[in-house]
Amino acid sequence: MWPNKEKGFMAFRREVPPNPPVGERVKSFEEFIQSFPEDKTREQAYRCMNCGVPFCHWACPLGNQVPDFNDALKNGNWREALAILHSTNNFPEFTGRVCPALCEASCVLGMHEPAVAIEYLEREIADRGWREGWIRPEPPEVRSGKSVAVVGSGPAGLAAAQQLNRAGHTVTVFERDDEPGGLLMYGIPNFKLDKGIVRRRVDQLKAEGVEFRCGVFVGKNVPASALDEYDAVLLTVGSTEARKLDIPGSDLAGIHLAMDFLPQQTRRLLNKELPGPPIAAAGKNVVVIGGGDTGSDCVGTALRQGAKQVYSLEILPRPPAQRDDTMLWPSWPFILRTSSSHEEGGVREWSVLTKEFLGANGKLTGLRGVQVEWPKDPETGRPAMREIPDSEFTIACELVLLAMGFLHPEHGAVIGSLGLELDDRGNIKTNAGYQTSREGVFAAGDGRRGQSLVVWAIQEGREAARCIDVALTGSSDLPSRDSYGYEAVDIGA
Amino acid sequence: MDTISPKGLYDSRYEHDSCGVGFVVNIKGCSTHTIISQGIQVLENLTHRGATGCDPETGDGAGMLVQIPHEFFAQEAENLEFDLPDPGAYAVGMVFLPQKARDRRACMKHLEKAVADHSQTFLGWREVPHDSSALGWLARENEPVIFQAFIKREQGLDVEGFERRLLVIRKVVERTIRESDLAGRAQFYIASLSARTLCYKGLMLAPQMSRYYADLSEERFVSAFALVHQRYSTNTLPTWRLAQPFRFLAHNGEINTLRGNINMMACREQRIQSTLFGEDIRKLAPILTPDVSDSAMFDNALEMFVRGGRSIAHAMMMMIPEPWSRHESMSDEKKAFYEYHACLMEPWDGPASIAFTDGIRIGAVLDRNGLRPSRYWVIEDEAGPGPYVVMASEVGVLDVPQEKIVKKGRLEPGRMFLVDTQEGRIVADEELKEHVIGMRPYRSWLNRHRVTLSRDRSQGERIREKASLLERQQVFGYTQEDLDILVAPMAEVGEDPVGSMGNDTPLAVLSERPQLLFNYFKQLFAQVTNPPIDPIREDIVMSLETTIGRERNVLDETPGHCQQLRLLSPIVTDAQLEFIKKLDKPGIKPAVISTLFPAKEGPRALDTALARICAEASTAIADGATILILSDRGVDREHAPIPSLLATGAVHHHLVREHSRTDCGLVVESGEPREVMHFALLTGYGAGAVNPYVAFESIYELILKGALEVESPAKAIANYIKAIEKGLLKTMSKIGISTQHSYRSAQIFEAVGLSAALVEQCFTGTVSRVEGIGVAEVAREALMRHAMAYSGQSRHRPALDPGGQYRWRERGERHQYTPEAIALLQHATRTNDGEKYKRFAALINDRARSLGMLRGLLKFKERKPIPLKRVEPASEIVKRFCTGAMSFGSISKEAHETIAIAMNRLGGRSNTGEGGEDPQRFKRDHHGDLRRSAIKQVASGRFGVTNEYLVNSDELQIKMAQGAKPGEGGQLPGHKVFDEIAKVRYSMPGVELISPPPHHDIYSIEDLAQLIHDLKNANVHGNVSVKLVAEVGVGTIAAGVSKGKADLVLISGHDGGTGASPLSSIKHAGLPWELGLAETQQVLVENNLRSRIRVQTDGQLKTGRDLAIAALLGADEFGFATAPLIVCGCVMMRKCHLNTCPVGIATQDPELRRKYSGRPEYLVNYFHFVAEDLRAIMAQLGFRTLDQMVGRADILEFDPLPEHWKARTLDFSGVLAVPKPWKGETRYHSKRQDHGIEKALDHVIMERAYPAVEYKAPVRFEQRIRNIHRTVGTMLSSELTRRHTLGMYTGSLAEDTVWIDCKGCAGQSFGAFAVKGVTLNIEGEANDYLGKGLSGAKIIVKAPPECPCVPEQNILIGNVALYGATSGECYCRGVAGERFCVRNSGAWAVVEGVGDHGCEYMTGGRVAVLGKTGRNFAAGMSGGIAFVYDEDGTFPAHCNRGMVDLAPLHRDSLPELRSMLERHVKYTGSPVAEGILKNWHDAQGKFVRVMPRDYARVLAQRKGSQAAEIVHVAK
Repeated sequence: MWPNKEKGFMAFRREVPPNPPVGERVKSFEEFIQSFPEDKTREQAYRCMNCGVPFCHWACPLGNQVPDFNDALKNGNWREALAILHSTNNFPEFTGRVCPALCEASCVLGMHEPAVAIEYLEREIADRGWREGWIRPEPPEVRSGKSVAVVGSGPAGLAAAQQLNRAGHTVTVFERDDEPGGLLMYGIPNFKLDKGIVRRRVDQLKAEGVEFRCGVFVGKNVPASALDEYDAVLLTVGSTEARKLDIPGSDLAGIHLAMDFLPQQTRRLLNKELPGPPIAAAGKNVVVIGGGDTGSDCVGTALRQGAKQVYSLEILPRPPAQRDDTMLWPSWPFILRTSSSHEEGGVREWSVLTKEFLGANGKLTGLRGVQVEWPKDPETGRPAMREIPDSEFTIACELVLLAMGFLHPEHGAVIGSLGLELDDRGNIKTNAGYQTSREGVFAAGDGRRGQSLVVWAIQEGREAARCIDVALTGSSDLPSRDSYGYEAVDIGA
Repeated sequence: MDTISPKGLYDSRYEHDSCGVGFVVNIKGCSTHTIISQGIQVLENLTHRGATGCDPETGDGAGMLVQIPHEFFAQEAENLEFDLPDPGAYAVGMVFLPQKARDRRACMKHLEKAVADHSQTFLGWREVPHDSSALGWLARENEPVIFQAFIKREQGLDVEGFERRLLVIRKVVERTIRESDLAGRAQFYIASLSARTLCYKGLMLAPQMSRYYADLSEERFVSAFALVHQRYSTNTLPTWRLAQPFRFLAHNGEINTLRGNINMMACREQRIQSTLFGEDIRKLAPILTPDVSDSAMFDNALEMFVRGGRSIAHAMMMMIPEPWSRHESMSDEKKAFYEYHACLMEPWDGPASIAFTDGIRIGAVLDRNGLRPSRYWVIEDEAGPGPYVVMASEVGVLDVPQEKIVKKGRLEPGRMFLVDTQEGRIVADEELKEHVIGMRPYRSWLNRHRVTLSRDRSQGERIREKASLLERQQVFGYTQEDLDILVAPMAEVGEDPVGSMGNDTPLAVLSERPQLLFNYFKQLFAQVTNPPIDPIREDIVMSLETTIGRERNVLDETPGHCQQLRLLSPIVTDAQLEFIKKLDKPGIKPAVISTLFPAKEGPRALDTALARICAEASTAIADGATILILSDRGVDREHAPIPSLLATGAVHHHLVREHSRTDCGLVVESGEPREVMHFALLTGYGAGAVNPYVAFESIYELILKGALEVESPAKAIANYIKAIEKGLLKTMSKIGISTQHSYRSAQIFEAVGLSAALVEQCFTGTVSRVEGIGVAEVAREALMRHAMAYSGQSRHRPALDPGGQYRWRERGERHQYTPEAIALLQHATRTNDGEKYKRFAALINDRARSLGMLRGLLKFKERKPIPLKRVEPASEIVKRFCTGAMSFGSISKEAHETIAIAMNRLGGRSNTGEGGEDPQRFKRDHHGDLRRSAIKQVASGRFGVTNEYLVNSDELQIKMAQGAKPGEGGQLPGHKVFDEIAKVRYSMPGVELISPPPHHDIYSIEDLAQLIHDLKNANVHGNVSVKLVAEVGVGTIAAGVSKGKADLVLISGHDGGTGASPLSSIKHAGLPWELGLAETQQVLVENNLRSRIRVQTDGQLKTGRDLAIAALLGADEFGFATAPLIVCGCVMMRKCHLNTCPVGIATQDPELRRKYSGRPEYLVNYFHFVAEDLRAIMAQLGFRTLDQMVGRADILEFDPLPEHWKARTLDFSGVLAVPKPWKGETRYHSKRQDHGIEKALDHVIMERAYPAVEYKAPVRFEQRIRNIHRTVGTMLSSELTRRHTLGMYTGSLAEDTVWIDCKGCAGQSFGAFAVKGVTLNIEGEANDYLGKGLSGAKIIVKAPPECPCVPEQNILIGNVALYGATSGECYCRGVAGERFCVRNSGAWAVVEGVGDHGCEYMTGGRVAVLGKTGRNFAAGMSGGIAFVYDEDGTFPAHCNRGMVDLAPLHRDSLPELRSMLERHVKYTGSPVAEGILKNWHDAQGKFVRVMPRDYARVLAQRKGSQAAEIVHVAK
């Protein structure tokens, strides 16, 4: 017997299916997340309070209508829940897995209790949709006769391609790698996002009529002028220029960028050739520099590969465990988060600055670091880093993985060829309509806004698609995050 | 000069009046001068029911209607040198003429000519002797010159014929002069013109009457009756002609359905035929004189019916029918009479006590709900000219020796009382009506000619349409919310859904989204001048039944008149509609008119389509159709629907203009209507029935989707219809209308954001004050919806528009409180971060501009700034801040006390809300904080309103209405009545508590003045405030409130928050405060009533800018509610009604309350931010003090939004009008009201009770009392409470410490809020509100021994006795009026008979009724026990068993009942009680125990505590 819809949050506690034990899951590179039986999942939906002002919906970059899909779940109407999800999000199966869940941080229930398990529910709805065959190709009824080239097939590119195609335009996606998906494919480890999940979505796009041209590096192996034949071009090239660490010893062998390390593992898993010499963590002491999501992925991958020990270094201080006055609800709380990879092992260090890589025979043997502190600068009021005297230390290691984030898109290839203006952070500059300094050329995703989350990439792709549609046809039926679209309808004479 | 022209937002159309009314009549028709002087005495003793305005010497009007004193005039005529014929052969006209001689002569000539034109003889003029010095200066300035005209009857004409001719003459002259260009034409007025009656009246107070009109003092001036009236008007500007009586009647009350009555009468007068009048009948138009009061128009209509051949009783029964449809014991013949006459005309609905006369018969009638008091005495006078009757709004208005009174009665709801002076007897209601209804075979006519639509709700075969349901839903603008929040719950549970936290979305005209035309209208509701009705507990007076079809000549009665279709409900199913479409009977013929228009042709096509449907309607009528069905079936890609309200209004008013509206009924078949408001509007603008076919289909769809839990589709449809019907009843009852028949086309709405042209075309007569969109924009909205359905858009949106009206959605409607705004406000106040507050304010102010508050369209003019330091400090400004009325019960103890502490720290004022306050909070706590609320609210439920509560206040707020649900009551379900809440509400935990829609002691403006007086007596140190909600005409009500001596008036915006309210009320009732406040300020200043009253406003106030605009529009003070709650942690869940508030505010659940995180400091921070914000604006505008700023609307200017396609059509000039204050007056509050408290009888009493007041020593004395002594015993009680700190925890005085033996007629509110230890023993009788709010005192009432009336058969005390009593005792040796013990929560009372609605809403205490009860006993009674001595077994039929069970006496009850009876005998010597006690064993069996089910359940649960409660009274 289900409780009153309004009181579910008092009847049920938050529960998500527990992950398999660490020992078991590090043996494999397979996705390990679990599901509850249907009724138990519905219980979690019942915890949603259907707020008059749903902060989750507001906090979600996509504007996911969380209370509405939860309500559908409460009614047992999975298909409706899926439709609601898809009305704001092209790829809920991705965000249901790899999103930090800004929604949950702003959940009203989360003020005093564990938030509603929104991300889990999203994943369950999407997975069920695939399982039941509800998610099918939706090719447009009519073609507009316009063509659009999308450069880059990460989440932004895929979302834009799907939207543009559904609006009737003929879309060609250029991908420099051998398979579409961008970071979804080769950046995020398989144990967090099974590659079959990415492929089936790409297949849906293909079935809807989107053409993918892989192995095409526009501006490198194909000239940018090849884009001239399209009525519009969208650059979703990502933010791939990694931040480097220019300290003594950084040329030693055994120091690698995370994005050289992680894709290799996925390629191995998919039985693909490796693009360069293998990087392996097995039997090594590994230091991951950078405590973000990529760093965490490196930790999980290294542990799975059989690393002896994994250290994770972060330059910023250890965040508090709870919200404090500087991050009152519903703001995003910068609190200590422990990913599944962190659970799996390794040592996390905070307030650590790497000063020098140590080596012998050109090979890495360890690193020297120092403890830092972050007192407030009296002038700016902002925290400024200061080394703590006499706090130097060394760590012996044979592999260092640099995961310190990304600066901006690569300026060389298509951006340089097209001569696009950049903003002061080195990202592609656009106007409010996502158009770059060059007419007909648009940009979206990390390449435009700087490195960010998958959910933001999808959002950018969707909005850019709408802007391109307007540019091409004068108006657009495509949805936007914050408007239902009445302003766009044509009421005739 | 008589009327003033509209300027600003003020229009004399909104004025209301009410008053005291009465008559004295010699039953045998013997004319004496005594009658005249008695009439004057009655009038003088009703003076307190009238009012004065800014000139204390100028009353609102008084007058007297009498028979023509022939001897007197015969002699006068001699002096004037003309001869008077015999009585009856001439008429006297009482004529008000212009002051200017030339105009006056012109008017006289017109009259003389009309007389001659109609073959009568003009005899001459007599200037009526008068003494202008008797008048106030204001009345004198506008005094007309008054002449009497003498007209001789034509030979061969009988008196009736003569009267008819006189009517024609009057109408012709009135019209000629009204349409002339005479400068003084407005002053011309014929007060009476008859061969039988004569009216003396004017703008004066009762005592001035006989001084002004010397005639009235002449001994030869005689009459067999005098019908008198004392007026209380909401306006003060002089209007001599609106003084009453009119030619036939004097009215106390208000006609709510006037607009519809006017429109329909205008149509009827075109079809009217009369053999009596012949061709002259055409000269009577317009039957209803334009621009006069509701009472005057009622008089016009009555006059036409009487002169047209009906008896006055018959006409009255037609105009104010009894509530017949649900009457359990009415004869079928009588029902047939009413059903038949429903085919002729709609009722004139509203509270009314009408005294009327045709010159021979004089009588009175009461509205169906008995909302006005009318008491009468029949007096023997063997020595004098014979028996006579005095009837008046109060008893005791004439000094009569008690031994001569043979009958003391009251007029009962729906009943008539008539004295026929020709027959020399009183004709009882039954006899009178038997006669009228027996005149024709109404039932057989109905059976033969009327068709009744079957009650069967089955839907029949589904009608297929080309467009999919989704497409049609989109075309008709359905949103996800319409389905989830409105339609689904209605179909599931059959209730109008409930929501909370008010409305922070834009007005339709300011919304960027296409809005349904429905959303541009706001429901009007009753406040002060008439009461709303409780459609649930008083459903015996409510009816949804109507008839539609062709009306015939209203002056005639034939079988064909009832060839109409009778509908039991205005909502019809598809199958029912098919039935109607196929009807083919004599006189009943339907015709379908398609209301689609070609979508491709753009907005202009709508105009063409409107013209087409109007033309088709006319043609159809010409072809014999009597039912027009406006249908929008068949929408598709090419065809869009005309908004159903536009189509309905257009056709309705087209037909009204053509005068063919009464030839047909209108039925609307539309996919558009789905919620209550839609149906209210469609019927309010003329539809007799509505078929919402898309709503029905949507319900089927929801069932298919699994979104509905219902047993069957048929049940879901039935539920949905039931929900709409309940909602309609509620909407009607809000304005005090009880029948759908009179609600139909009554247009009880105000439009906001519609252009004058559109209103004139389709909604003629509806108020629309800020202009707005026209047909083009309406079309654009319709086409946007249509395009959304048929463009590619829908492909990308499988679901409907999310809506966002009721809950925030990114793609939905804009809200003021967005997640961002809420977060900023909370962060700012929690960390005392002024910068964050500024970001919050910037967000709100900017959003206000772009997203839809009216104030967003105003800007400040450039002024010379002053330095900030010269502006008065924030610490002064915060003293003008109040928090909203949120009861402990609606919010948690923690939240309630946080707010109180914060406001006390600031020196502002918090508000208890409705629901009492724990006296523990009256003392400072150990932190030195005061947790008591400075404002104590007095709402309709009177929960916890004790003497102690009132004494411990700084301000007493009478809540007339509440922004989120004006005109409605409320209820706190039993499961929310926790121990602590029950304690302060003087109720029992777990027992449901109902707040009635009206204050049962305020049915009109003079009642409000009385309550203000009561509260002032209860706390002479406190201020009394009156809370109103903005709607059109609120300014004139505020003027009435100011005249009623309130110290403060609060104008609440419609958008305020609430714990629980029907969504249809949150969204569709009331107006933004900007309009209400501006109107109030303008009216108060214009009427010279502003300086003496403080004006406060509230409703979504958030920032300094909001306050600055409010101040400039006229607010002295400011109220906040939602913002403080958000500061305390509220996140606008909008679930307050569910007790599930996740932040511990709107909940009593201990687990949830633990999550509460608010603190007084946060509120203090917030209010300082706001005050500083305001100061900055003051500095910028150059105001040093707020006083300087108040009412300076000239500093504001309209700031249009040219880019907004709807808002650009607005015009604010009315809002920004700034009337000039009168000399010596201010635009802000600067003077104190003169309450006249020093004249109270209690000063004498307190002096005499000195030993008790000083030392608690017992004292007993005798005191003469009269009806003019009001609120006796109250000030004494409060003084006792104050001196001796009496209260819940602090103890009380010993029983009978002060014993007063009162002799005479007790005035209103006798013993109000009297405390324990006070015993008031009346030998005489009592008026209304005896023992109101009784707080422990004992009241005894018995007739003087010399009175020969049999006490148990005669009325002894008035209506609404013991209203809201919390404890105490009352023993009445006689019968009580209506609503005895309404909302009693603890008093024990014995009475020997009661009127209708006895023990209504009672929640505690004991009542023993030793005689008959009226109808609807125990309605809404959730607690306490009543014992009814039911000798003849008729009681069960009179009892409303919705919430109570009837049973024989229970063993447990015997001791307490016995003790009550013994005390009754002890105090009153009642032989009735004595007889019962003597025969105790047998008598027990005749008692019925009335036991609320809820109460019994809780009692059973807590058996132990039951004993404790009995001890309480047994003593």
